[in-house]
Amino acid sequence: MYEIRFHGRGGQGSVVASKILAKAFFMEGKYVSAFPYYGVERRGAPVTAFTRMDVKPIRAKYQIYEPDYVIVLDPSLLSAVDVLKGMKENGYVLVNTVKTPKEMQDELKFKNVATVDATTIAIKHHLGSQTAPIVNTAILGAFARVSGLVKIETVMDAIRESAPAKQEENAQAAKDAYESVNMGGD
Amino acid sequence: MKAILTGNEAAAWGARLSRPKVIAAYPITPQTSIIEAIAAFIANGEMDARYIRVESEHSAMAACIAAQNTGVRTYTATSAHGLALMHEVLMWASGARLPIVMSVVNRAMAPPWSVWTDQLDTMAERDSGWLQVYTQNNQEVLDSIIMSYKIAEKHSILLPTMVIEDAFILSHTSEGVDIPEQKKVDDFLGEYEPAFKLDPDEPAGFGSLIMPEGPYMEFRYKMALAMEDARSEIRKVVEEYNQVFGREYAPFVEEYKTEDADAVMVVIGTIGSTAKDVVDKMREKGKKVGVARVRYFRPFPTEELRKIAKGAKVLGVVDRSYSFGPGADLFAETKSVLYGYADIPVKNYVMGLGGRDITPKIIEKVFDDMLRVAKDGVVDKEVEWVGLQGDERWS
Repeated sequence: MYEIRFHGRGGQGSVVASKILAKAFFMEGKYVSAFPYYGVERRGAPVTAFTRMDVKPIRAKYQIYEPDYVIVLDPSLLSAVDVLKGMKENGYVLVNTVKTPKEMQDELKFKNVATVDATTIAIKHHLGSQTAPIVNTAILGAFARVSGLVKIETVMDAIRESAPAKQEENAQAAKDAYESVNMGGD
Repeated sequence: MKAILTGNEAAAWGARLSRPKVIAAYPITPQTSIIEAIAAFIANGEMDARYIRVESEHSAMAACIAAQNTGVRTYTATSAHGLALMHEVLMWASGARLPIVMSVVNRAMAPPWSVWTDQLDTMAERDSGWLQVYTQNNQEVLDSIIMSYKIAEKHSILLPTMVIEDAFILSHTSEGVDIPEQKKVDDFLGEYEPAFKLDPDEPAGFGSLIMPEGPYMEFRYKMALAMEDARSEIRKVVEEYNQVFGREYAPFVEEYKTEDADAVMVVIGTIGSTAKDVVDKMREKGKKVGVARVRYFRPFPTEELRKIAKGAKVLGVVDRSYSFGPGADLFAETKSVLYGYADIPVKNYVMGLGGRDITPKIIEKVFDDMLRVAKDGVVDKEVEWVGLQGDERWS
């Protein structure tokens, strides 16, 4: 079983991202479960959402405490929330930021970090506004590349089926992020 | 058709496939997305039903009662304070023998305000004369609604049913769900045939005043008989549903590795799902534990629990609510039906109230405590509150 935790801010689409990712896994024949930590969500406030994926039915009905992957939709959360809490030692963190993986490794003191500038990608595709871009679909494209758990084509299809508007722009944002995500190394 | 649905979307689909003619509902978190989905089905022309907006849950149930009295299938959904506000009319629905089906998304009762899961809202209605079936995943939510109409509408039963799901853990969690074909559901359920209805050509009065020497007591007795008769009907309908739709539901209690278990956890709702993973893990360490997940709390699974207790050395009864009697409800009733049948220790674990997360770690510690009780042969503390702040034993 793989466990993925999303950290975002209200309005960025973290909960929707957790569902679209579950849908993509599901389309590839996996068992899934996706759910928010349901608090009193307000625009801008920290939001947590979860996705589980397995090759057999999922019986786990509790939150994710030891994630294999952590996805951070907003870099400003890094100083507000302990995004690495319970993180598996060989887990992977994907951050929406202009910084390099090396810079993030130093900042987070964690070895497996990938970065992607999902904000610029979202603005380029006119997703959300210039000041409040919606980065959730772009980051899923980057996740497909980083995790290798799901095909980018499937993620794009899941986005097309799920996005209430701008289906193709959202799918292309995922593709751009898939191609531009920086996983460090040479 | 397989789709990703939340528990509430699954409930809406269960209702849609059952073709109720009237929906009357009032929004309350965490139930609201059920009736929103149904409103969308009706607005899109995917569901042929009259949607009645009302000013309260009391009115929602009153409208369902009136509509069902005219001879049509009805559906509604609620949670917590909404259910409590319905209390008076719940009694009317069952007393009038109207087979209404209602989803209840378990939510804690305030104060303090909490929208998270806790089974006190439905446990407090255990005496309302409604059947109560509790679920552990979104597939079971959908399927149970369809099965409930068939069971409730049987003329020998005619009791309304609550189909119950845990707040957020099911209601707002997306899972893969198999949505049955409409045609197959139509064939399975058939047209609704009311046992009686308001009919201008055959005028009749319902619910009139009865003097003490009149048949009030006989009406209640007949409801008691119907609740008993529901057992065989539930068994029959669940078997048929399993066969037609390819499912594996146990009618009353889902048993997981209980056959040779020393310690059996008796539990309701989603904790029973997570507990199965814990059982597998503990079995690898040679610990003989099992889970009995109670589906129907009304009618109460008396025979099933007696049978389970016969083979076990201890029962740990988990309640996700508390009633201020001799322990919480599932515990008190389990113990009551075992009296004279099984002489084993029975301990109550009260946990997960107000949506507090129940992890495998906590469940494993509860099992370990049960095994200790089995070894000692006596219950040290009859009602154990698990995981209170500051109590490090369970974390």
